[in-house]
Amino acid sequence: MAQITLIEGITLALARAMEEDDSVIVLGEDVGVNGGVFRATAGLQSRFGDERVIDTPLAEVMIAGMSVGMAAQGIKPVAEAQFCGFTMPMVDHLMCHAGRMRNRTRGRLSCPMVLRFPSGGGIHAPEHHSESPEALYAHMPGIRVVIPSSPSRAYGLLLAAIRDPDPVVFMEPKRIYRWQREEVIDDGEELPLDVCYTLRDGNDLTLVTWGAMIKETLQAADELEKQGISVEVIDVATISPLDMDTIYESASRTGRCVIIQEAPRHCSVASEIAAGLADAGIWNLHAPVKRVCGYDTVMPLYRNEMKYMPSVRRIVDAAQQVLEVS
Amino acid sequence: MARTVAAFKVDHFQFLGPDGKLLDNQHVPSLARDFERLRELYKLMVLTRTFDKKAIALQRTGKLGTYASSLGHEAAHVAIGAAMQDEDCFAPMYREYGAQFYRGVKMSEVLMYWGGDERGNDFSQPKHDFAWCVPIATQCLHAAGAAMAFKLKKEPRVAVSVVGDGGSSKGDFLEAINAASAWKLPLVLVVVNNQWAISVPRSKQNTAATLAQKGIAGGLPSIQVDGNDLIACLWAMDKAVKAARDGKGAFVIEMMTYRLSDHTTADDARRYRPKEEVDEAWEKEPLLRLRKYLISQDAWDDGQEEELTNECVEFVQQAADEYLDLVANDPQPVTAMFDYMFAELPHDLAEQRAYSEKYPEDGGHH
Repeated sequence: MAQITLIEGITLALARAMEEDDSVIVLGEDVGVNGGVFRATAGLQSRFGDERVIDTPLAEVMIAGMSVGMAAQGIKPVAEAQFCGFTMPMVDHLMCHAGRMRNRTRGRLSCPMVLRFPSGGGIHAPEHHSESPEALYAHMPGIRVVIPSSPSRAYGLLLAAIRDPDPVVFMEPKRIYRWQREEVIDDGEELPLDVCYTLRDGNDLTLVTWGAMIKETLQAADELEKQGISVEVIDVATISPLDMDTIYESASRTGRCVIIQEAPRHCSVASEIAAGLADAGIWNLHAPVKRVCGYDTVMPLYRNEMKYMPSVRRIVDAAQQVLEVS
Repeated sequence: MARTVAAFKVDHFQFLGPDGKLLDNQHVPSLARDFERLRELYKLMVLTRTFDKKAIALQRTGKLGTYASSLGHEAAHVAIGAAMQDEDCFAPMYREYGAQFYRGVKMSEVLMYWGGDERGNDFSQPKHDFAWCVPIATQCLHAAGAAMAFKLKKEPRVAVSVVGDGGSSKGDFLEAINAASAWKLPLVLVVVNNQWAISVPRSKQNTAATLAQKGIAGGLPSIQVDGNDLIACLWAMDKAVKAARDGKGAFVIEMMTYRLSDHTTADDARRYRPKEEVDEAWEKEPLLRLRKYLISQDAWDDGQEEELTNECVEFVQQAADEYLDLVANDPQPVTAMFDYMFAELPHDLAEQRAYSEKYPEDGGHH
C-alpha cells in the first residue's frame, strides 16, 4: 500500500469522487493540463477529460458564481482557488448565495459545491498567498468549513465534502502538503464533517489546533512530555460546525487548555473555542484558557512569516503559564 | 502604420412605434400578425401592471415591505418569459414579474417574498428557477453556471438572466459574458436598460454608446431593441433563445426602456429626476402602443379592455387576499429559520433551534 502525502490524498479523493459520480467536476485556474499550481489536480484532466476538469478564465468571481449556478442545477462543482488571498472576490457568492440557497428557497434549490484552496503561510510565497481566513468562512451561515491536517484526513474529509449536499469550504494547509507520508487506502470511506480528532491522549493539558499548526503543536507536545507533562492533542479538522463536545470533554478532564492557530487572534476560531469552553463549564478548568495565534497584523512578507506564526517555544511557554496556575 | 484589427456595430431593432403603428409594414416578423399570441401577452402585461399597482398600495398601507416596481418594463419582462420553455432556467434580478408570471410563479409568492416570508421563493413552478437576487448582477453568473450545467449534461435547455443598466457596470455581468464566450454556453443575458441605477442616470454610468457592446467586447453577438416594443423584445428573445438551444452559444440583448416608477417603494425619484423626462417616457410606454396596434388591427376593442381590467383587478385582489391570509393565519414559526440551513441540521444549530423554541414569540414588534 502506497505511502502518500496530504496533497496526494487530495488528488486521490478527487479522482475517487469523479469516478463514482459523473456529476462531479473540477474547475479552476490552471487545474487542467498544468494540474494546479500545487499539482492537486495532476493527471485528472487526462483521465476524466476537459469537460470535467475545466481550466477557467482568470476570474475568481466567475468561478464562485458559476459554481453556485451549476450546483443549483445538478452539477457538483469542486472549485479550486489558487491561493487563499484570491478567494476574497468569491466571498460575495459564498456569503450571499451558496450559504443561503437552500434556506431562501425553503429547500427548493440547494448548493452542493466545494471550494478548496491552499491556505496558511510558511512556503516563502508572495503577498496574499499566506493568510488563514477560516474565521471569515466559519462566520458564514450555511457553509461548512473543513481543514485536514494529515493525508488520510485529507482523503476522507474531501470525499465527505464532495458528497455533502451543502456547500463546503475546504482549506488545505499548504505548508504541510508534503510534510508527512501516510498509508491511505483508497476505499472510498469518508470521514464525518463534524468531529474533532484526538491525535494524542494525555491527562495534564489539552492542546487544540488545526491545519499546519499541527506540526508545531505536536513538537511542543513532545517537549512538554520530556518535562513529564502528559499532553492531549486535538486536531479540530472541522471548523464549522465545531465539535465543542470533544474539546470540552478533554479540557474539562485535563483542566487546562491552550488553543493554537496561525490566524490572527481577534474574533477568531480560537476565540470561539475559548468562549465555548467558558460557556460549557468554566468551573471545570483549573487555569485560564490561552490562545497562541498569529498576530493581529497583516501577514508579513516571507522573511518574517515564521516570526508571525506560533513557534514551538511560544506554545510551550503558554502551556507552562497554564500549568503554573494551581 | 495602423490597420483595423476589429470593428463592430450595434443594430437597434424596433417594429412598433409609440403611436401603435408598425414602422415598416413590409419588414416585420410574423409575430406581428399573430394576434392571438399578442393578445395573450398584452393581457399578461396589463395583469402585471395591475399587480404592480396593488403591491405598491399594499406597501403604502403597511401590509407589504419594500417593493421593487416593474412599471414601464412590462413588454421587456413578458417577452423574456414568453420566449422561454418551461425546462429553461430563469435567473431574475428582482422586478421581472411579467416574466415570472408567464413561467408560473404565483402573485401571492411575489407578495410573500416582499412581505418578508421566505416561502415566497419556494415557487410552485418552475421549480428549478433561481430565487430573486438582490446583490446586483450576481445572478448573471448563476445563469452562466446553469448554462454550463445544461451543456455538461447535454440537455437542450437555455439559461436566461436579466441585469439592469446599473448592473452592467459590475464584474459579474462582464465575467458571465466572458465565460459564455469561452465555453459557448446556452445563455441569454438581457440588459433591461431603464436609464436609471437608482439615482444615477445612464449618462453618468459610462460613455459607451450602448450597453450591448459590452457583449461584443467579450465575443458575443449583441443587439439593442426598443424595450417598450413587445414585438421587438420577443422577436429578439426568440432568436437568442433558439440560437442558444441550437448550440450556437450566448447572446446579449439590451432592451431600451424607462423606469416609470421609483426604484423601490423606499425611493423617491422626484429627488433626482425631472418631471418632464418622466412625462415624456409615459408617451412611449409599452402597454399603450400595443393596445393601439391591436385595436388598429381589429384584434382588440374597448369592451375587451374593460372586461380585462375588471378581471385583472379581481385576480390580483385574490392573490393579495391569499398572501394576507397566509401571513396572518399560517406564519412561519421561529424554528423555520433553522430548518432549511442544511439538508441535515448540524448539532450546533440543533441546539440553537431547541433553544429558540423556548422563545417562540419573543423579539418585540416592528
